[in-house]
Amino acid sequence: MMQTIDLLMQGLAVALQPMNLLYALVGVTLGTAVGVLPGIGPATTVALLLPVTYKLDPAGSLIMFAGIYYGGMYGGSTTSILLNTPGESASIVTALEGNKMAKAGRGGPALATAAIGSFVAGLIATIGLAFLAPWIVGFALAFGPREYFALMVLAFVTVSAAFGESTLRGLVSLFIGLTLGLIGIDLQTGQSRLAFGVLDLMDGVEVTTLAVAMFAIGETLFVAAQGKRAPETVEPVRGSLWMSAADWARSWKPWLRGTMIGFPIGAMPAGGAEIGTFFSYAAEKKFSRHPEEFGKGAIEGVAGPEAANNASAAGTLVPLLTLGLPTSATAAIMLAGFQQYGLQPGPLLFTSNPQLVWGLIASLLIANLMLIVLNLPLIGLWVKLLTVPKPWLYAGILLFATLGTIGANPSVFELGMLLAFGLLGYGLRLFGFPIAPVVVGLILGPMAEQQLRRALAISQGDVMVLFTSPISATLLIAAALALVVPLILRARGRGRVLAAVASDGD
Amino acid sequence: MTEQGGLPAPKRRDIAALVIAAGLFVLAALIAWDASRLGSGGAYARIGPQTIPYVIALCLAALGVWTVIEAWHGDFPEREPQEYRPVLWIVGGLLVQMVLIKFVGFSIATGLLFAMTARGMGRVSLPLALAVGVVLSAFVWFMFARVLQLTLPAGPLEQLIVQGVDLVTAPFQTMFLGTA
Repeated sequence: MMQTIDLLMQGLAVALQPMNLLYALVGVTLGTAVGVLPGIGPATTVALLLPVTYKLDPAGSLIMFAGIYYGGMYGGSTTSILLNTPGESASIVTALEGNKMAKAGRGGPALATAAIGSFVAGLIATIGLAFLAPWIVGFALAFGPREYFALMVLAFVTVSAAFGESTLRGLVSLFIGLTLGLIGIDLQTGQSRLAFGVLDLMDGVEVTTLAVAMFAIGETLFVAAQGKRAPETVEPVRGSLWMSAADWARSWKPWLRGTMIGFPIGAMPAGGAEIGTFFSYAAEKKFSRHPEEFGKGAIEGVAGPEAANNASAAGTLVPLLTLGLPTSATAAIMLAGFQQYGLQPGPLLFTSNPQLVWGLIASLLIANLMLIVLNLPLIGLWVKLLTVPKPWLYAGILLFATLGTIGANPSVFELGMLLAFGLLGYGLRLFGFPIAPVVVGLILGPMAEQQLRRALAISQGDVMVLFTSPISATLLIAAALALVVPLILRARGRGRVLAAVASDGD
Repeated sequence: MTEQGGLPAPKRRDIAALVIAAGLFVLAALIAWDASRLGSGGAYARIGPQTIPYVIALCLAALGVWTVIEAWHGDFPEREPQEYRPVLWIVGGLLVQMVLIKFVGFSIATGLLFAMTARGMGRVSLPLALAVGVVLSAFVWFMFARVLQLTLPAGPLEQLIVQGVDLVTAPFQTMFLGTA
């Protein structure tokens, strides 16, 4: 306990260095600016802005990244309140009540309760992360290859099949990602797989290229193909930004409840921030003294889910930092961000590079504080960004998408992959396949294979070894349940709830 | 996202979904063929580099069968009619950028992409979009290639920018060197 506070203080000392403060500020500003753009969620934001951090030192880069992540989350909620098309699926719920509030001329308090709720949730959840992480790290140091493999299998299932509209389509997305993960040189034997002698494929598929293609290009193509359907109107922010005493009284409990719901869901390998927002919305509807206002602009329906959203975003960092396990597309891209410096998140990083890890956690606190200070006063600027006409907006998105790709790897082949995966992303969207499992499958697949091969090398090929460890057996049974139970629910016509919490953008 | 929930879709055979299933079978076959030519990697390893590809190929084939069943029952979600003209503009823009970037540099190639995307997404004047695109790309190139030191392809326009900037900053640089 005391040691955690001590480490966190050391982290703050790193984060408060002037250069690092500047990185955090730039990250927060860029993250919000990009996250605010309609149709762009945190995953796309993080993928698009990764190249900005390429030439920084690891600590600075990750600190800026933390700012981008939190800023992107915040920007998304602004979009969903003022525009009825959420920029991220985690904000769908916010749009339900928030947009109604904005239409009724209460956009200011809606934005304020979202911002302050995000701050409260971010603060509590980041502190939760700081205290939970050492405990899990202690636990995870005892993990061997088979436990890691089982954990990754569980993550595969929860990301792809447990939630969403269809088990089949989730699994197909996952296996497309796993297939892409095969491409390149096998690390143990040096043989190339699925590269067909193409030199550019030997290094495998870049996670950032895939993510940018799937999210930015795929989304642009999809929006373009919808033509002029669904004209979007930005709700002007009329009246005061300030919340009245009644607004405060109705907001603070949902903030705390949302945090309590969101953080554990994010921290478990359950994938995505959306699930928590739906639970929080349902809870607020139940607890509210004004249930009749729900659907017409109830402030609790903005405060709770927004808090849950941010709390679970911080929660996903728990498995990412302590186990190296990404459970959402955003986390997968962040993992790629670590890997570009040869850093592998996990228990060892806490012992080998404590300054970096704790500096990152401390910067999350600082980024959170910066967001609340910056964003409410700058709301006018963000609203302006929302009104950028579609052609210019998407032209700009493609400019930055291609910039990031050739910036990372200046080759025409990389641009070709960007186009190919962009078309794939469009096709997946068209047929209702989720995107996140592809990205998670690509980065986690090779890691899972490596752990499995290690485990089986130790056991001399005996597969039963996976079930003789109680931890790994429990995890595998949990994975099997997460696969089968939703299947039964859907078959019995109870799939609506699962479809509602479909994880896509995040 | 496509339409979800709502009215129960009329049950019909879904040809497009059958094509997806065929794609999954082809992918599975490709992986299996590729795996079949891999060495096993030593006598110790009972599980070699080919094991996981075979497992993935098998799963993909099984998912293909499942897709056929769902397609046959018409279980795939309804799709809205798509407009392909804007998609072609954007794909064309990406192709143009890809082909030209080595020859004309980042700014002009990306400016063309910018203009074609804008044109695809709505009614904009192509020359205006091109001008905006090239200027914006040149600015972005300068920020990322010169300030953030990213490697971005340079062409005639970029060389012009570098020379121009050098020309402007040269007096200051000699001044600094002189005082140092």
